[in-house]
Amino acid sequence: MTKRIVIPVGPQHPALKEPASFDVTLKGERVADILVKVGYNHRGIEKGCEGRPYLHCVYLLERVCGICSHSHSTCFIQAVEELANVKIPEKASYIRALFGELERIHSHLLWLGVAAHEIGFDTLLMYSWRDREVVMDLLALLAGNRVNYTVNVIGGVRKDVTEEEKGQILKAVDILEERTKYYVRVATEEVSFIERLSKVGYISYEDALRLGAVGPTGRASGIKRDVRKDDPYAAYEEIDFDIITDDHCDVYGRAVVRVKELLQSYSIIRQLIKKLPQTPLSVNVPKNIPAGEAVSRYEAPRGEDIHYVKSNGTDKPDRVKLRAPTLANVQAVAKMLENGNFADVPIVVAAIDPCFSCTDRMIVAANDVLSEKENRMTWKQLREFSINWYKKNKGVDFSKIKKSDKHI
Amino acid sequence: MHATDIALQIKNKYSSSVVGINVQRERRLWLELVAGDFRKCFERLIKEDGFEILVTITGLDTGEKYEVIYHMSDKEGRVLNIKISIDRDNPAVSTITDLFPAAELSERELMDLLGIKVEGLPEGRRYPLPDNWPQGQYPLRKDWDPSVLDKKIEKSGDKND
Repeated sequence: MTKRIVIPVGPQHPALKEPASFDVTLKGERVADILVKVGYNHRGIEKGCEGRPYLHCVYLLERVCGICSHSHSTCFIQAVEELANVKIPEKASYIRALFGELERIHSHLLWLGVAAHEIGFDTLLMYSWRDREVVMDLLALLAGNRVNYTVNVIGGVRKDVTEEEKGQILKAVDILEERTKYYVRVATEEVSFIERLSKVGYISYEDALRLGAVGPTGRASGIKRDVRKDDPYAAYEEIDFDIITDDHCDVYGRAVVRVKELLQSYSIIRQLIKKLPQTPLSVNVPKNIPAGEAVSRYEAPRGEDIHYVKSNGTDKPDRVKLRAPTLANVQAVAKMLENGNFADVPIVVAAIDPCFSCTDRMIVAANDVLSEKENRMTWKQLREFSINWYKKNKGVDFSKIKKSDKHI
Repeated sequence: MHATDIALQIKNKYSSSVVGINVQRERRLWLELVAGDFRKCFERLIKEDGFEILVTITGLDTGEKYEVIYHMSDKEGRVLNIKISIDRDNPAVSTITDLFPAAELSERELMDLLGIKVEGLPEGRRYPLPDNWPQGQYPLRKDWDPSVLDKKIEKSGDKND
């Protein structure tokens, strides 16, 4: 009988950038059993939302994840808008979808790089991350930030897309599409890539269904499920696109699904830009949200994101619950690793694209160029500015809101 | 079939166990069940009515009682939110991990954050709170006072040293 050895992988591990721990029991080189421990990144955000005004929750929830920040803020805001019974202007739903797709592109390109790195294919990492800069620059141009775009406001979006920006988006999409076609060739023709990833991290259709795999992880096992089609939100009902599935059921399949989804995203963006309606950007939503409950779903780059919001008639939610797609996929990972090679652990875990805490970079305001007086605001000034802005533009008075003692 | 028809069908089928059913919109149904009949109805709702996908489980404290909501979905993207109410003294639900293994983390969340006992859930590592989190402190309970925590964590930290 072969001796069994338990090797702890994580919580800190050179291959995985986020804390998650896997106790891997080995029988020879093969994984016999696996014990997953997550929760190292629990920051009490759900609790933090209680006792904070809805407006503050938007900013807080946007910081659940650096990569899919737009997903969480949109998902939450959709629930709040349903509770407040407001319909956002058409243009706002188009712009939300536009940012959603740009976010998907940057997330999938990021994943491609990480996956390539895990299998020692660093040329592909350099290529895909270089190309990812195209979409990151585009996001910075459109929203002012590479991550945490804060495009959503309750009742719509805060920012329009100008004619000039439309041209820049289309130009960037053309570049990215050409590059992605090359990645499709790499994924389907490059022998070392195919050989390395095929039959690694296998999970059958039945198991993926039973364990609740979502997003590209589920779709690579043939589960034809996508919230954008199943339960359309934003502008997706008016957009024509396909759900990409694959029947390889392994890491290779997950790579193919993601690369092909990129091509779908480019087509979606072109349609959104072409059809972008001319309506106002947002509607006013009262500060107090009527009592009720709402569930909102969103197809984040990694899979289905879901938010439950319970309101009580005040300006603060009673309960906010969120489930990010990684949580739904983490049990599927344990199954994928079973009987696999120990050396495959990093790539199999990376293949579900677990949410890394990624803060790309900080943009420091150009204080040197502008005089201090013009450019700097104290916290108090900033608060006053925002209160006046909301009073003037939205007809909502936030001046009564004070930091509650209950805040943690 | 429209959501209203589905609601009517569920209401007739499980009439004695239904506390209330409400159609919020085409893809959002809210069903409240008698806690004692939950398990029995839940299995049938999965097998017979097509709500076979577990999306997530939410636990909440309304002040008077606890509520657990099982968010289920069918293939058409309809979400059926099944709610049960639980007494504040000795709160407990039965596990659904035999039907959905993926429910484990959500059920551990109920235990950790609300102190709801999940009967039938095998022993395992806690989630999502840290291992040195003090006993009997459930942050999502409305009467929970976070200031207690600073002292307790310090204390338990001392012990570990």
